[in-house]
Amino acid sequence: MAGLTLRNVGKSYGALQIMQGLNLDIHDGEFLVLVGPSGCGKSTLLRMIAGLEDITDGTVAIGDKVVNDLPASKRELSMVFQSYALYPHMTVAKNLAFGLQNFRMPKAEVERRVAEAARILQIEPLMARKPRQLSGGQKQRVAIGRAIVREPKLFLFDEPLSNLDAELRVQMRAELASLYARLGTTMIYVTHDQVEAMTMASRIVVLRAGKIEQVGTPQELYTRPQNLFVAGFIGSPKINMLAAEVRAEGGRPVARVAGFADFALPDLSTRDTRLTLCVRPGALHVGEGEVISEGTIRLVEYLGNETLLHVALASGQVVLLSVVGPAPYRAGQTIPIGFDLADLHYFDAEGRRLEPALPAQPQAAFA
Amino acid sequence: MKRFIARNAPGYIFLLPWLVGFFLLALGPILASLYLSFTRYDMVSAPRWIGFGNYEYMFTRDRRFWKALEVTFHYVVLAVPARLAMALAVAMLLDKGLRSIGLYRAIFYLPSLLGASIAIAILWRQLFDAHGVVNQALAYIGIRGPEWLTNPETSIYALVALAMWQFGSPMLIFLAGLRGIPRDLYEAAEIDGTPRWRQFTRITLPLLAPVIFFNLVLQTIEAFKTFSSAFIISNGTGAPADSMLFYTVYLFNEAFKFFRMGYASALAWVLLIIIAIFTATAFLTSKYWVHYENERD
Repeated sequence: MAGLTLRNVGKSYGALQIMQGLNLDIHDGEFLVLVGPSGCGKSTLLRMIAGLEDITDGTVAIGDKVVNDLPASKRELSMVFQSYALYPHMTVAKNLAFGLQNFRMPKAEVERRVAEAARILQIEPLMARKPRQLSGGQKQRVAIGRAIVREPKLFLFDEPLSNLDAELRVQMRAELASLYARLGTTMIYVTHDQVEAMTMASRIVVLRAGKIEQVGTPQELYTRPQNLFVAGFIGSPKINMLAAEVRAEGGRPVARVAGFADFALPDLSTRDTRLTLCVRPGALHVGEGEVISEGTIRLVEYLGNETLLHVALASGQVVLLSVVGPAPYRAGQTIPIGFDLADLHYFDAEGRRLEPALPAQPQAAFA
Repeated sequence: MKRFIARNAPGYIFLLPWLVGFFLLALGPILASLYLSFTRYDMVSAPRWIGFGNYEYMFTRDRRFWKALEVTFHYVVLAVPARLAMALAVAMLLDKGLRSIGLYRAIFYLPSLLGASIAIAILWRQLFDAHGVVNQALAYIGIRGPEWLTNPETSIYALVALAMWQFGSPMLIFLAGLRGIPRDLYEAAEIDGTPRWRQFTRITLPLLAPVIFFNLVLQTIEAFKTFSSAFIISNGTGAPADSMLFYTVYLFNEAFKFFRMGYASALAWVLLIIIAIFTATAFLTSKYWVHYENERD
């Protein structure tokens, strides 16, 4: 097992720089998920760690050993590919054993490891089959098995579940999580699916355009997104973003959001007059809240455990509102909606998170 | 019936030129040659039926027939693997992603376009002449080259070299095959520490097997039919000492030099049967060594 240290890592193809100044510490035994929209550089970063892409700038160290110039095979890691990359002409058993045979490992040891991996992944009945005789989920298991048998210090996963159907993806997600719990090996996992990231990660790295937007636990990312991008990327259904104009009234900031009555803001220690206020769909309520407005329902999506209401405000902006269980509403209906200030996330004109100062009253009460 | 004709007429009309060509120019002569192979025919007097006489003579008394078979087999065994190895090697180089690959593909294909021509065969004769370019080059590094084309021991190698040089068409097919092997198989192998040579023998070759098989069959048939280069280089005789007496050269001489048209026809049919036997064997054994991606189980 090993941790990983990235220092000022950059990547360019000729004159085209796609990544620069990346710093990241991946702890020993951590399940780290790299997430971001397509083209953000997450797969490239993984391939740089794997040794499949050159590191143009900075250093990557596994444990305390810089591996920039170490070939992939010497980095003691395994990788699971999106396409599974199984050898189509070999049986499952041979696919599992192939990587071990490179190291002239004794036959008995190869067999032991292959049998062990097959048992963990429950693919024993498939050992004599070829990849084309396997379903997507089975192929995925074999691909993971091929990574396990190496007993690596580090597992790399490159969007391993994206070729599976939705049901299987949920199942494999749980299996991967339990595999991680069992092996406790450091894992780096690339996905564009924030649900995968949220459910499996010890920590998540949100990447955009070759830069790290935020690193944190799933809960930190959800409850305290550091910028608008992370706020919008993490959480499903997507967070509502409301443009606010701030003016001072009697020395206190007051916000105006189109469609809502003006309301006093907590102290945000900013001089920006244009802020973005975000509120999660679950924190918007029908008919209650400190700040109230009215909207017309455009669409009702019943999901069983919750119902999503698409509500158009007077400004024309459509906000998402989620109600637990079934909701007695239909499209075209006008309803009052509201939210509490405590549920708001504040972002300045550059999209950076603003932390409201703690309210003064409780302190006054103690005084 | 009317509907069938109406619906399919355009197809048959498009097929027509080929059908006319096949029946008039190919099928007729094919059947005629089968008949002639059972006759004695000198192109002057009418063919005379002699039953299996030509075949009997061929297999029991004609030593030049056996010599021609030997030369041809020798050539096939050397030239086909040499050409395929050359083609695969060049294809793998090109597959590594050279810049302006299209240009290189065209350049590398050029020898194959030119290779079949008489001019190249003549050029080849000069290259391998006792004082030709090949020997001059060898002289530079201190090797005294043999008289390639007049020495029965070496003459065939000049032709094998020519065959190797014409690697273009199997190379293009190999290149397409290599492009079809997913990159990530090599990446997975790379991470697993698979040495390059093992990647080649355990991944590239097995996955390329269908393409190798296709090229092997095609090139072998091609090699059995080699004519113009051998004919030109040996001045149409198969000399020296019949060392370049390719089957087709012998056949040509029997037909158009000695006007034994009946016998030449029999030779042609025997060649056809040899090629058919080889091809059938290749297909029958292929299931043991050719892996098809989308094979049914």
